[in-house]
Amino acid sequence: MPRLEPRAEASQAMRFAAPLVALLVTAGITACLMFGFGRDPVDGMRVFFVVPLESARGLAEIGLKMTPLLLCALGLALCYRANIWNIGAEGQLLAGSIAATGMALSIGPGNSHVAGLLVVIAGAAGGALWAGLTALLRDRWNANEILVSLMLTYVAQLMVLYLVNGPWRDPAGMNFPVTRMFDAAASVGAIVPPYRLNWGFVVALVAAAFGWVFLFRSRIGYRLQVSGNAPLAARFAGFSEREGIWVSLLICGTLAGLAGAFEVAGPLGQLTAQVSTGYGFAAIIVAWLGRLTPLGCVLASFVMSLIVIGGELSQSRLGLPGAITMVLQGVLLLALLSADTFVNYRIRWR
Amino acid sequence: MEQLAPLIAATLAAGTPLLLAAMGLLINERAGVLNLGAEGIMLMAAVAGFAGGYHSGSMLAGLAMAALVGAITALVFGVLAVGLATNQYATGLAVALGGAGLSAFFGLPYVGKSVPFNTTFEVPWLADLPFVGVAFFKLHPLVYFALLLTAATAWFLARTHAGLVLRAVGESPESAYAIGFPVRTIRLAAVAWGGACCGLAGAYLSLVYTPLWVEGMVAGRGWIALALTTFATWRPWRIVLGAYLFGSVTMVQFALQSEGVDIASQLLAMLPYLATIVVLALISRNPAFIRINMPASLGKTFHP
Amino acid sequence: MSAPPRLALAGIVKRYPGVLANDRVSLEVAPGEIHGLIGENGAGKSTLVKIIYGAVIPDEGEVRWEGRSVRIQTPSQARRLGINLVFQHFMLFDTLTVAENVALSLGSSADRGRIARDVSLFGERYGLPLDPLRPVHTLSVGERQRVEIIRCLLQRPRLLIMDEPTSVLTPQAVERLFGTLRQLAAEGVSILYISHKLEEVRTLCSRVTVLRGGRVSGVCDPREASVADLSRMMIGAELPAAASHAKLAGEPLLVVRDLSVPARSHTGVSLHGVNLQVRAGEILGIAGVSGNGQNELLSLVAGEDRRASAGSVFVGGDDVSSIGVAGRRTRGLAFVPEERLGRGAVPEMGLGLNTLLTHDERSNPGLVRHGLISTSGVTELAERILRQFGVRAAGPRATARSLSGGNLQKFIIGRELSKAPRVLVVAQPTWGVDVGAASQIRREIAKLASEGAAVLVVSEELDELLELCDTLQVMAGGSLSEPMPARNANVERIGVMMGSNPVQASNAAA
Repeated sequence: MPRLEPRAEASQAMRFAAPLVALLVTAGITACLMFGFGRDPVDGMRVFFVVPLESARGLAEIGLKMTPLLLCALGLALCYRANIWNIGAEGQLLAGSIAATGMALSIGPGNSHVAGLLVVIAGAAGGALWAGLTALLRDRWNANEILVSLMLTYVAQLMVLYLVNGPWRDPAGMNFPVTRMFDAAASVGAIVPPYRLNWGFVVALVAAAFGWVFLFRSRIGYRLQVSGNAPLAARFAGFSEREGIWVSLLICGTLAGLAGAFEVAGPLGQLTAQVSTGYGFAAIIVAWLGRLTPLGCVLASFVMSLIVIGGELSQSRLGLPGAITMVLQGVLLLALLSADTFVNYRIRWR
Repeated sequence: MEQLAPLIAATLAAGTPLLLAAMGLLINERAGVLNLGAEGIMLMAAVAGFAGGYHSGSMLAGLAMAALVGAITALVFGVLAVGLATNQYATGLAVALGGAGLSAFFGLPYVGKSVPFNTTFEVPWLADLPFVGVAFFKLHPLVYFALLLTAATAWFLARTHAGLVLRAVGESPESAYAIGFPVRTIRLAAVAWGGACCGLAGAYLSLVYTPLWVEGMVAGRGWIALALTTFATWRPWRIVLGAYLFGSVTMVQFALQSEGVDIASQLLAMLPYLATIVVLALISRNPAFIRINMPASLGKTFHP
Repeated sequence: MSAPPRLALAGIVKRYPGVLANDRVSLEVAPGEIHGLIGENGAGKSTLVKIIYGAVIPDEGEVRWEGRSVRIQTPSQARRLGINLVFQHFMLFDTLTVAENVALSLGSSADRGRIARDVSLFGERYGLPLDPLRPVHTLSVGERQRVEIIRCLLQRPRLLIMDEPTSVLTPQAVERLFGTLRQLAAEGVSILYISHKLEEVRTLCSRVTVLRGGRVSGVCDPREASVADLSRMMIGAELPAAASHAKLAGEPLLVVRDLSVPARSHTGVSLHGVNLQVRAGEILGIAGVSGNGQNELLSLVAGEDRRASAGSVFVGGDDVSSIGVAGRRTRGLAFVPEERLGRGAVPEMGLGLNTLLTHDERSNPGLVRHGLISTSGVTELAERILRQFGVRAAGPRATARSLSGGNLQKFIIGRELSKAPRVLVVAQPTWGVDVGAASQIRREIAKLASEGAAVLVVSEELDELLELCDTLQVMAGGSLSEPMPARNANVERIGVMMGSNPVQASNAAA
């Protein structure tokens, strides 16, 4: 039977090779799936890795998808480093989009140039509030944050459905579950019209840079990581466990809320039942793929948006079900986790 | 009063998938393995069970298929989390995501199809009793099976040597390994068993409860089942209580609607999720209490 | 021809990445013999034990059991042969009862009622009394060891391996254990006794194998060899000179007054009216079997546990009872915990970043620049500690995990000493550390005291406390005895106090 043997020192080479190995494995499995469903694997690979990169519009769309993925992943990376298992970024994103929509709908039409800013701030606050609920339940009542954050995601999804079917439904929307379109002033502008890529992308990149400084250079980032890595050492050093819970969740909620605001105030222009296509869940994988580092997350969110766009394209061009995106995400994370084992272990046959 | 009996029956029916899944996850967790992939496993099994029943025309074949696929999906998690010592949380999440995607993929041909099974059952003689007949004895056999499973699980854990070994592995895998138990094999077996139970729960949903396949039809029940083990402080009979409690929350939702109470359906549908949060907070608020009852190695990777 | 040895190892080799743990080791244990195996930490004792017990497979060499060549692949196979091991770190299940713990190692056929009877029966016969129905977490450390031993005895062992069994026992309990072992040997059971305490081996064993650096450095009859002979074989030199310091009697810098705190959990210990006082220049030692409230006391003194009532903990004259770790640190308190990896240091972080656990810009302005951590600042500090205290590490960026136990302890103690603390609290300063490093650590502690700091040492090793301390107090059952001078201390009396309620014991002795 094969046996895992711990390495004397973690292998740095494997640490960086693991994501690449995982990507190769995932690509291989994708090809097999396509073959299994009677599609040409080479064609399929083209849809995922070539077509989206061929045009300026394609690149802009990648940036557009990267924005929510990157924002959520940055927050999640922070949470996981602090050993807070928040898996509810999706719910926090939805809460952000609800709050942003609430703000946009209540601002009068076209009379203020700060409207867009207010909408974005409302989104951030909404996400932070939603994550704050998880923090409160964990801090005050010791409730498991994994389950709470996920349950709150279901609640947020139902809340969106309720709002777009009920009080916020656009009376002129032909009974579709959508709100009315935001005014131009309450929207986030495109960077280079006519492409849909908006300023949220820049905000996400800036957040990544700040995230790096926060994690690796700030005292508070250091404290969070000690708490996550070695809780006893954190107590020995006098760092507060509560600080770790609140700070990591609030930051993550803020970033996810921003992501939600950029969606409704950006490409969508309204709140719809399908405001998120699982960005918050995909971001969990982005965070791991990016080695829980901000710069890694930038690269990983690029790869993940290729997968998301490829999934959409393979729906329209190859007639494959849209769920292929979720399959690939799961496979990618599994492959990555397996590959990660070999950072700290090696296999001995006996 | 006449309305109460069917309501009780509906509560038991709604609680059964939670009970089946949580009972399997209990075995999992008593061995020290936390499988967050339950939701994905239930979805995979739901579609497999439906396909099995649809093609064979036999419900039993469908259930067997679901249990098998549930165990196999759980073993994907097991091989990684137990064999390769990957992080249990992250691996479980990956299985939850991948299972949801793959089930939608495989389920496409079955959307809108139905299975030709008889969904009404009666316990002979007892079903004719007034009130209790309707409330307790006109339910699908799996409802009674779930209770039998609970009794068997309780007996296994408390009275058998194998149950003692399982508890020992969950308490301290290091000690169990040192005195010669094959910890990883035991944990893998527990994971497979948990997957098979989750599989039955999934098939109950797609073959009995709403006999059709809909993408994402498990709707968070896998996660609620995970919460139930904590709620029950890892004891079998308390899971029964919790599962039926959640079943009744679901029923309240329908009862209110049928009474014509004017609350949007989406708001009522939040009830089980909100109830989970409230119950978790109530049960967990004393950390020392949880620590005494929780299998000490739960969620921690072990490698010899 | 005489009977073959019960166990014979020949030419055992085991390699780990970067280390040769066992290098052509040979060893023979006769039937009914008590055979000692001694060596420093890292000499290869535990690897050899694991090989005999089937937990590790050797790369080369032969194992012969009662004359037959065997390949022991798993612990269960070893147990079937009749080889049993009493673990140094008990392999017990805290929430299960004594009988359940025993049942687990006996296999599925054993009936629980019979096991309970056997536990009582064997307990009586070998002087190891136990209540079979009590959960293990309610037992004292000594009682837990009895569970370990009885668990082995019920399997009718032919070779019993004892791995450092006395570190958790009072001197009296050690005597009782030796009695049990001699009785077993007389009945024909072979015993392999692993220790690093030379005196013990000389009283108990008829033959001893000495390991050094993975090799056998000598086999002899310890009753005929002197401690100096054995120590030469074990460490290649005479035991280093004892640490000493000039005793000053300054003002009290650390005072604990009537500290009573209830236990935190079902495995914890409550403290009852603890009093202690350490003066400038004084080293106070707290002796006792671990698990009697030492950890609780240390957490309360360091400030990790903030439940001390007002007026019960003072550092440098200030009441710090309600102040946290950081506040106590700025008042000059430094703490070295027992667990090095995971508490004293973050395993996956570099040594540089690990300095920030207890250092900040107040103690070292170079560490933080513009409110951000200065990489060069922490690297310099770590480098200085490595140099000053002779820590062997790949450099200031090496992870804490990559250091050996002794070097990590030197780093942690160096990190605390480099802040020139007024009060140093240190737990198990030399536990699992090789002799050279241990003597260096003791010298550094003594030097700090001669410079006028107050030092509190908590240790299981009575010899270490007697060497290092001016004053001793004994901890048992969450209470602390009256202080007594360490010089000319009566080891016998300390032993009695370790095993009983110390308040009564010290009163009786007075």
